[in-house]
Amino acid sequence: MPALDLVANVVVSGLLTGLVYGLMALGLSVIFGVVRVVNFAHGEMMTIAMYAATVLFAAFKLDPFLAMLPVAAVFFVFGYALQAGFINPFITRPEHSQFMLLVAVAIILTNGLLMIFGPDARNVQVDYQLESFELGPVLVDKARLYAALAALVAAAALFAFFRFTLTGKAIRACADNYLGAKVVGLNVKHLYSLTFGLGAACLAIAGCALVVLVDVTPPLGPAYTLLAFVIVIVGGLGSMGGALLGGVLIGVSEALAGLFIVPSAKSMFSFGLLILVLLFRPQGLLGRRT
Amino acid sequence: MNRRTVALAVLAALLIALPAFAGNYALSVATLILYFAYTGQAWNVMMGFAGQLSLGHAIYVGLGAYTAGGLFFHFGIGPWAGVWAAMLVCVAMGLVIGFLAFRFGISGVYFALLTIAFAEFTRIGFDHFAWSGGPGGMFLRVAQRDTWDLANFRGPPLMYYYAMLALTALAFVACFFLLRSKAGYYWQAIRENEEAAQALGINTFRWKMLAVAISSAMTAVSGVFFAFYYNNLFPEQIFHISRSIEIILGPIIGGIGTLFGPVLGAAILTLLSDSITDTLGALGWEIPGIKQVFYGIVLLAVVMFLPNGIWPPIARRLRL
Repeated sequence: MPALDLVANVVVSGLLTGLVYGLMALGLSVIFGVVRVVNFAHGEMMTIAMYAATVLFAAFKLDPFLAMLPVAAVFFVFGYALQAGFINPFITRPEHSQFMLLVAVAIILTNGLLMIFGPDARNVQVDYQLESFELGPVLVDKARLYAALAALVAAAALFAFFRFTLTGKAIRACADNYLGAKVVGLNVKHLYSLTFGLGAACLAIAGCALVVLVDVTPPLGPAYTLLAFVIVIVGGLGSMGGALLGGVLIGVSEALAGLFIVPSAKSMFSFGLLILVLLFRPQGLLGRRT
Repeated sequence: MNRRTVALAVLAALLIALPAFAGNYALSVATLILYFAYTGQAWNVMMGFAGQLSLGHAIYVGLGAYTAGGLFFHFGIGPWAGVWAAMLVCVAMGLVIGFLAFRFGISGVYFALLTIAFAEFTRIGFDHFAWSGGPGGMFLRVAQRDTWDLANFRGPPLMYYYAMLALTALAFVACFFLLRSKAGYYWQAIRENEEAAQALGINTFRWKMLAVAISSAMTAVSGVFFAFYYNNLFPEQIFHISRSIEIILGPIIGGIGTLFGPVLGAAILTLLSDSITDTLGALGWEIPGIKQVFYGIVLLAVVMFLPNGIWPPIARRLRL
């Protein structure tokens, strides 16, 4: 039985990492909630953001937390273009067709990264990575705390956008009723592209935050795609709060599983949780039943 | 005889005669094509016929391979007995997944994600399963490869080629009759509109379970072939999601729900991947990842411009 303060440390670090995972999954959830397309290239796109952060750091010594803003802007445009150019023609096609499209995109992205950067791991070294705050017996990594805060701020901004702006309201209308939104004269395709752009921007911020915590390699993409699926299903596909909650749950449970069971078995725990949630609460913990 | 029968007879004759002019390398490529054609056909029963999107079919390949491989490795039980055990295990797994999903009303994207979850769960499980060798893998003894030892399914590449050809032909014929059976029509009704099918009095739960059972049993045989052809099994390779994607690319590219789509799709993708390798090698562009980038671009183009796959327009043109 590990000591209590060790458990507390693991829980706190799992919770903070989980918030970053949550932001990543938030992008997937928002895209699915509105466009009804599962982004099978989600983790691959985030890996690109992580590489972008390492490149900006290597070239300009730009701190990843500052690099977030330009990378997010570029990702917004990239996401908008991807939806407008490729995915919009697919929204009325069957699911397996959409799946193929995004798998093809994912293959191109992962291997494009492999071509450009090679198979070796890259990282960012900033001086606060080894520092930590002391809260009683609990040591909180500075980098992890900053990453979690950035994720929370981004999630709050996205939430405010959907709740309080007219465009956000229009997007929610598209999600509720596609035909109705068209009837009242909303430009649904533009709003879909906007949504995909916002989802991609979430990814960019999550990727820049994550690169401070882990090294990045091209095969990380598919692994993060699966992780994002687990989180959004557990939290509720299409639910914004659910994505964050799911991220924290998975972050903490994987950290604890790594402590109590074999570390390599920790994602088995997540997939087990996913299966249970799908069976007993298919709409997810915070999702609405359709 | 109609045009279709003649075309099939010509194709069958060509495939039977192929080893006469093909070298060992060409034969191994042909075996790989047939492997994907057969496995794609098996997946097509579930998705193309009954409309249930499985993105975790590698679970049946892996379980089939490990069951037959394990029986051979630990107890010396040959593949002819092993294949039944493998089918039993895979059907049981398929029925568990199907029962849970269909009982709880999980369909569409959620069903697809559930199948991924089961496959990943099993992959990590096998990584911690000592009986099958864990992450270090399981290695079957490679005996003499020049004589045909059918009892233990050991022999030269030619034997594996004919075995796979027989399996593919069998699956093709079986699917032909399945599609025209009562079950086939029920499946197509469920695929097109499940609620309408239910309203007509079709017990959709039972017929979907049948599709899963047949598909998983057929895929189990792919796994047994895989085990005895490659002789080494690693959870990371056999259960990985990229394996599942590989299985379903053929039928989707070829034409989902058609009989010839999986065969054509497997041939095109395997030859495409091979010719990309050759071309890049000849050009001297040996950058890791470049091959898959080209492959991805071709996939993207096919799925964008031929949404029903390559086979339906060709079939129309040839009046087949």
